[in-house]
Amino acid sequence: MVTDPNAPKSAYFLVEDKQAVLTATLAVIVDNEPGVLARVVGLFSGRGYNIESLTVAETDHQKHTSRITIVTSGTKDVITQIKAQLGRLVPVHRVVDLNVDKPGIEREMALVKVAGEGDRRVEALRLSDAFRARVIDTTHTSFVFELTGAPSKIDAFVDLMKPLGLVEVSRTGVVAIARGAEAM
Amino acid sequence: MDREQTIETDDAELTGAEIVVRALRDQGVEHIFGYPGGAVLPIYDALFQQDAVEHVLVRHEQGAAHAAEGYARSTGKPGVLLVTSGPGATNAVTGLADALMDSIPVVCFTGQVPTHLIGSDAFQECDTTGITRPCTKHNYLVRDVNDLARIIHEAFYVAKSGRPGPVVIDVPKDVQFKKGRYVGPANVEHRTYRPQTKGDPRAIQRAVEMMAAAKRPVFYTGGGVINAGPQASKLLRELVKLTGFPITSTLMGLGAFPASDPQWLGMVGMHGTYEANLAMNRCDLMINIGARFDDRVTGRLDAFSPHSKKIHVDIDASSFNKTVKCDVPVLGDAAEVLREMLAAWKALGRTNEPAAMKSWNAQVDEWRARKSLGYRCSDEVIKPQYAIERLYQLTKDRKTFVTTEVGQHQMWAAQHFHFDEPNRWMTSGGLGTMGYGVPAAVGVQVAHPDALVIDIAGEASVQMTLQEISTAIQYRLPVKIFILNNEYMGMVRQWQQLLHGGRYSHSYSEALPDFVKLAEAYGAVGIRATTPAELDAKILEMINTERPVIFDCVVDKNENCYPMIPSGAAHDEMILADAQDQPGVTEAGRQMV
Repeated sequence: MVTDPNAPKSAYFLVEDKQAVLTATLAVIVDNEPGVLARVVGLFSGRGYNIESLTVAETDHQKHTSRITIVTSGTKDVITQIKAQLGRLVPVHRVVDLNVDKPGIEREMALVKVAGEGDRRVEALRLSDAFRARVIDTTHTSFVFELTGAPSKIDAFVDLMKPLGLVEVSRTGVVAIARGAEAM
Repeated sequence: MDREQTIETDDAELTGAEIVVRALRDQGVEHIFGYPGGAVLPIYDALFQQDAVEHVLVRHEQGAAHAAEGYARSTGKPGVLLVTSGPGATNAVTGLADALMDSIPVVCFTGQVPTHLIGSDAFQECDTTGITRPCTKHNYLVRDVNDLARIIHEAFYVAKSGRPGPVVIDVPKDVQFKKGRYVGPANVEHRTYRPQTKGDPRAIQRAVEMMAAAKRPVFYTGGGVINAGPQASKLLRELVKLTGFPITSTLMGLGAFPASDPQWLGMVGMHGTYEANLAMNRCDLMINIGARFDDRVTGRLDAFSPHSKKIHVDIDASSFNKTVKCDVPVLGDAAEVLREMLAAWKALGRTNEPAAMKSWNAQVDEWRARKSLGYRCSDEVIKPQYAIERLYQLTKDRKTFVTTEVGQHQMWAAQHFHFDEPNRWMTSGGLGTMGYGVPAAVGVQVAHPDALVIDIAGEASVQMTLQEISTAIQYRLPVKIFILNNEYMGMVRQWQQLLHGGRYSHSYSEALPDFVKLAEAYGAVGIRATTPAELDAKILEMINTERPVIFDCVVDKNENCYPMIPSGAAHDEMILADAQDQPGVTEAGRQMV
């Protein structure tokens, strides 16, 4: 830990954290009650944590529990602290780190709109096939592709579409689940 | 429908307002603090028609919140407040944030505009749950009267369990009018919230083995011990006695261990004693029970107790490794863990190496001999430390409760007023809320009508909520407001002197009221002391007055609060009152405050 003489005068923390920044995917099971998402999101903004992606939906309609998947980044200590802070929210049942606690797999879905004619259109369609994307809407001059995969795969596809007439991208954010037979 | 039938239906169902009052009664609530307004009138109507729950009318909703805090801290029971929508709720926010920071169980009812008007910018509407979400432990907006009773019982459970805190229940006016089912507390169980209270036996075993092997151990205890109830203080005393280790405490934990005991080191931290801070710095084992390594305690983190292993007992897992790495975290309630530790310590049947303990105690005594709380006495002017000392000496044989505002007077009170019992000391630690003391004293006096309740105040802080003296008059609460009047926001002035070249920017308390006349205007008693010679007699006069008193104690204007660890410094870099050449504050330290 090093004291930074150039830190702004309003800053309270004098120590600069030299630890490496990691990415973590957290699965959070919560009671689906009003304001629960605001509570989780407010915790992140209030304590200065990052949210890189967030997805949420009710996953058990009988018990009214939702699963929130949050991709966040921070040092190891910060990620431990994020988990502890989430854990103390009253409507939170469980917090699992799907990198550390249990190895998990991640998927994201994207809808990608590409407009173009001639060779560019053919090339877009050919590439979409290579990425196992599906065409879910088409006109003579456009496609909407549906694509599922790891976020990096979607990034790669979107990059490839840029010179071919990329118009718009809509992504769901990451959902994740632990590998193996057991529940989290 | 004939008349009889109507009555029968009435009996079966209660209005939302009646449910609130019934639930309070079933929760054992005897007093609530509040202020009426449009959106809570049905609840006030229900309160009017019963005697079980006594309502104390405050003068500002912030006062209601602090009074509820004072009530809670002095009794261990949740404090309850009732305020209206909009400004009623926003005024209470400071008190809620204060209760969250200091982990005080508080249940706050707020009125809300009728459900069909929510979101329409109706008169006195605000997004209460949105505003209070980050400054409460939990909050609820009640949309269905049939959920109301369950929510209230849940709220009390949440406020009290685990790490305590404030809970808001926002009740729209139409829900207060509607009729619904009432359920009692026995029929309500929270779906998810089950804080772990029992410590892990393996961690406890490891902890006591480390304790037995330690050569320079120190206990560092905090508000968690107070929150865990009087039993926790008792167990702590037993464990400390058995081990023979020295013990210090945070501001929040004062009273858990008796200050009159020879093992007591005094308070730790920025204005803690030399012996406490040095013991923390040089120890080889720190046993933290219910404290959270607050920045006012640790000072510079990279120099905080560099050679020690740390055991950390806390009810809140997020306290572990938040700022200071601990070697053995023990998650659980302080009382339960202390009970297990005590049993494990006895079972271990070992004692620390006598030579090591002897030399450690000798070292501690050497630091003690430095008498870091010393100050230069004066015959002409009342030194603030002297005033607190005299106040302590003249009240220590009574059942005395002390609240404070925030600033120099608060630190002097922590240093020079000594507490032998828990729940006798109410101060705003985490949030540092000026204006806390007067309403908190009102709350304490409501809970303990026969006790001596003193707010040790500063002339600046006290003006933030002084109107609550009117509440004290109305309810015949003989609180004593003991103002150390130095005509400055003393702590601000002290920092400006040490950090900003003596440029006293806006820290002089200009245009002060005459506190004696002010007291009289309210119907209280005003007393002023200006010389050390008359101080004792005036303090006795205050104590013997069975009415609220505002005591204007005119003290030395330029006294600084020492010892002091400047921000950005380590525990062994303290400034002592008698140091000839005081170390300057580094640039790094300047940024910290």
